[in-house]
Amino acid sequence: MRRVSCDPGTGLDMDDLLQEFLTESEESLDVVDVELVKFEQDPNNEEILANIFRLVHTIKGTCGFLGLPRLEALAHAAETLMGKFRDGVPVTGEAVTVILASIDRIKEILAELEATEAEPEGADEDLISQLDVLAGIGEAYAGPEGDDSVEESADAAPEMAADASGGDDDAQLQVLERELKPGEVSLDDLERAFQEAAGPDDGVDEPAAGAQAAEAQAEPAIAETPAPAEPPVKDSDADANNERREKSVSTQSIRVNVDTLEMLMTMVSELVLTRNQLLEMVRRLNDSEFKVPLQRLSNVTAELQEGVMKTRMQPVGNAWQKLPRIIRDLSQELDKKINLVMNGAETELDRQVLDLIKDPLTHMVRNSADHGLEVTEDRIRLGKSETGTVQLSAYHEGGHIIIEIADDGAGLPTEKIRQKIIDRGLATEADLEKMSESQIHKFIFRAGFSTAENVTSVSGRGVGMDVVRTNIELIGGSVDVKSIEGQGSTFFIKIPLTLAIVSALIVEANKERFAVPQLNVVELVRVQDGSDHTIEMINDTPVLRLRNKLLPLVPLAKLLELEDVTALQPVIEPAQEDAQEAAGPADDPSGAPSGAEARAQADQLHDQSGDADVPEAGAPDAMPAADAGAEPGEADETGEDSNVVPFDSEAQGSERSKAEGNFIIVTHVGAQTFGIVVDGVYDTEEIVVKPMSNMLRSITMFSGNTILGDGSVILIVDPNGIAQAINSDVATAVSAEANEENAAKSAKRASEEVTSLLLFRAGAEETKAVPLSLVTRLEEIKIADIEPSNGRELVQYRGQLMPLVYVDETQKLREDGEQPVVVFSDGERAMGLVVDEIVDIVEDKLNIEVASSRPGIIGSAVVKGNATEMIDVGHYLPMAFDDWFRRQDGLSDAGGQHLLLVDDSAFFRNMLTPVLSAEGFEVVTVSSPREALELRENGEIFDLIVSDIEMPEMDGFEFAEKVRADAKWGSTPIIALSSHCTPAAISKAREAGFHDYVAKFDREGLVATVRQLFEQVGEAA
Amino acid sequence: MSEALKSDQLGDETSIEYVTVLISGQLFGMPISKVEDVFTLQSITEVPLARSEVAGVLNLRGRIVTAIDMRARLGLPPRESEGNPMAVGVAYKSESYGLVIDTVGEVLRLQKDGIEPNPANLDPRWRQVSAGVHKLEGDLMVVLDIEQVLEGLTDPIAA
Repeated sequence: MRRVSCDPGTGLDMDDLLQEFLTESEESLDVVDVELVKFEQDPNNEEILANIFRLVHTIKGTCGFLGLPRLEALAHAAETLMGKFRDGVPVTGEAVTVILASIDRIKEILAELEATEAEPEGADEDLISQLDVLAGIGEAYAGPEGDDSVEESADAAPEMAADASGGDDDAQLQVLERELKPGEVSLDDLERAFQEAAGPDDGVDEPAAGAQAAEAQAEPAIAETPAPAEPPVKDSDADANNERREKSVSTQSIRVNVDTLEMLMTMVSELVLTRNQLLEMVRRLNDSEFKVPLQRLSNVTAELQEGVMKTRMQPVGNAWQKLPRIIRDLSQELDKKINLVMNGAETELDRQVLDLIKDPLTHMVRNSADHGLEVTEDRIRLGKSETGTVQLSAYHEGGHIIIEIADDGAGLPTEKIRQKIIDRGLATEADLEKMSESQIHKFIFRAGFSTAENVTSVSGRGVGMDVVRTNIELIGGSVDVKSIEGQGSTFFIKIPLTLAIVSALIVEANKERFAVPQLNVVELVRVQDGSDHTIEMINDTPVLRLRNKLLPLVPLAKLLELEDVTALQPVIEPAQEDAQEAAGPADDPSGAPSGAEARAQADQLHDQSGDADVPEAGAPDAMPAADAGAEPGEADETGEDSNVVPFDSEAQGSERSKAEGNFIIVTHVGAQTFGIVVDGVYDTEEIVVKPMSNMLRSITMFSGNTILGDGSVILIVDPNGIAQAINSDVATAVSAEANEENAAKSAKRASEEVTSLLLFRAGAEETKAVPLSLVTRLEEIKIADIEPSNGRELVQYRGQLMPLVYVDETQKLREDGEQPVVVFSDGERAMGLVVDEIVDIVEDKLNIEVASSRPGIIGSAVVKGNATEMIDVGHYLPMAFDDWFRRQDGLSDAGGQHLLLVDDSAFFRNMLTPVLSAEGFEVVTVSSPREALELRENGEIFDLIVSDIEMPEMDGFEFAEKVRADAKWGSTPIIALSSHCTPAAISKAREAGFHDYVAKFDREGLVATVRQLFEQVGEAA
Repeated sequence: MSEALKSDQLGDETSIEYVTVLISGQLFGMPISKVEDVFTLQSITEVPLARSEVAGVLNLRGRIVTAIDMRARLGLPPRESEGNPMAVGVAYKSESYGLVIDTVGEVLRLQKDGIEPNPANLDPRWRQVSAGVHKLEGDLMVVLDIEQVLEGLTDPIAA
């Protein structure tokens, strides 16, 4: 964090001067740090030396002026040594180290000076004598006497002048003005020399020129690392700011207290909110006289906001300033040769964000140098270049800045990480088996994870990548790693440009309003029946034909579970998962599209409404990209039927407009493009992002919340979270394009009744299994949280008490740590089945070969070649709640209702019977339609029939037809139960006379359907 | 215990002031030092995917406050009666929360030593959030430990 002069109201002139000096010196010293490291690598570069020399000289001079003898002496000694370098004394690492140490000491003294307003007591002879020895004048300790100093300066100055070349500037003007010491005559020469040297124009008429000048100056010095440029208001680059500060000629920039800026920002945020409120109010009035002045106020506010945002932007290079020094020190300490390359230092971001990423970034660069790069011998042995490279790059992408930290070192040791994950109990071997290498790598961001075997002084101090991750996530960023063993690792930090204000689209889903940040919105598409833009389904997966692509769709309401989501809804996988990342749209340097822009966009949309183009709601620069994607032949198609969303932020109607119908927000996140389906779209609004409360932060679907113009709180949808939600089911989902093929395949598989089984061990040796469809969750429960009560164990689970049940008596809880538990739930109730270990999740044909007489076990089956005992969940549920199947809610009245279950699989009969009994039915089961029809002949009457489809002898369709054909059961509702859930099968089932069709593993779906049908029956009766 | 008396906000060493609230007929007390606000719940934005105890978020004079449904927190059935419920504003880890209760009672000053530990047979969910019980005339007041009420909610479920 840059220090800016403290409280301006402290009065005394001298204090102000001191403050000014402190701020400036600190900045100068940071530059000296960087420059010295550069100089060490390039000792013949006179410009760098001149620059360092000048900075140190300035500090020394100012110290003399302010009467700070200790600082002056130290600076003087360092300056002397540097003078010798210029005289041709070879530059050694040792000398640079001592100078750097002196700089550090100066910083310490400055820090104390700031705290106490007096130069601290103490002596620096140790450093001074070292400096002197290196300078060849070691015999005497050079005191701070004026004579000495004058002499030295006199010595140095002409040389400086002689060496100062075209790239330097006229910064020495300041020395003239401030150096009022009578003795320093020679400075005039120095001064003149500098002035004569062609420098950047004095007549800087835009503030940015200062920064440019600084850059221009630094560029010849070292090509691959552009010197950090500075925004005008707050400068760090010593050249630029020395120059400006002292210049009486021009006052193009002033220092502003950071707090002042912060306050300004807060006020602007409030102003924006108030303006929004006013706009909202005036919108409701027809023909208000306020309209025009309010419009003006609105524009001014937008500009003000943009302006204030700009003052907060700083180049990311500011956070990098200390890195060359750190790498240099590391390289010495670890005896590695390290080359630090920095790209994109000029990329700007909000200073608040910048401050927050500084430490994590430093930590990661250290890590790369320390853990990433191999020691020199190893590198040579591996045939790599002796010098390891750590490359730092920053660039914009979407509304974010990406910072990459890449090293060409050993890469992440996957095996070691895997071992550690197991050792630390972060995941089981079974889990790891299913993970890709990159998923395993992500564990390094987990708490308490450090792979460094030896704790060095550099890293491994207990601050791990988890802290880095936490810090980055705090500001809405994310961190990721890509690593190839033997070739190096690259860490990606993705951070938002600014945290404060974003432009957002207000949408509606299931009667609730949400905000979607505009930055992620590529375009808006309205879908209607009869138009070419209709939502099509592939195996229940909604997709949209957009130009020549299939766009995967996710209904927002479904994502947020706002409505009753039918189970077995396939998860959508974006089609372009592997598509190369399109170049991010050029970003507005201010980071947030201003209100004016947002309105401009809205206007644009409105204008387009006449000739109905694909509505573009995204940032204007997203438009060409979208257009480019349209094939010429298809352009018509897209143009004709899609409707423009009538945005109306211009208060044209008497009411705030809301466009009704189904809208698809085409969203771009990273390499993914997908459509979010919403019910309605309001207009765009500038929103001040407020972070979610801690309690809600775990919900990845929201990035924050805000107060709208009408005073209501609205949640901000996080497209990143949505993208993650889509991706996290990658194992089960398939890409939209591959869906058709897969649907066919799965249909084929379904006939063989492949079941997902959860394999676990509990009690006796044999592996046990339970259909995954019955399992609600897998949990690890802290032993400490388990409370014994009345002979049973209970645990707090989701605000309810959950009893724990054992598979058999031999089983014991773990002594400490966490106990794996398989949770089964039904409505509000949950039961935890204590298991020793979760083994795996497999898909296999379920074929119970040996029925069991033991309670709790249905029978044995061969799963993946091993004998496995199939658990009867129905046996355990009543153990948890003895009234589990006697609940008096919902269908309690159904008691006495008869239900016939027809299924050839004993397993399903066993599984479903308790479920249906729980609904209050008296269940009769038969294993074939033939038996069922026999019951009919015997005059049995049922209120409801549930039948499997795939059965030998007579299948469900035929059975249903037979049932319908006879008057006895002709009106009895009949539900089809099948794993074969395709639209064709469903329609066939309807033709055959089934009332409804439920997927076989969809227990809840079955329950819901049964209830519904029962209610209908009840009404009819 | 008849130490209860209305008094000013100044506390002393031996007594503590409580704001009493009614949740599903049960009297609860919250230390007045923890209570920042008492307000009527007007409009509230539900937070999808949030745990059931989170009633939603609302705008309280420009601040966004997370509302906690105390009935859900205590495992009680949802409120049935008409009218807007009340909420007690508290701060926890520098964030604002509103505890949604049925009605607000009064301010009581009670002796510190009059507090009894939780009865052993208290429902664990209640035990977790109760800092003890005050025996009032004709009533028992459960002292709500506001930290515990909220801590239990932020603690993520083991996954």
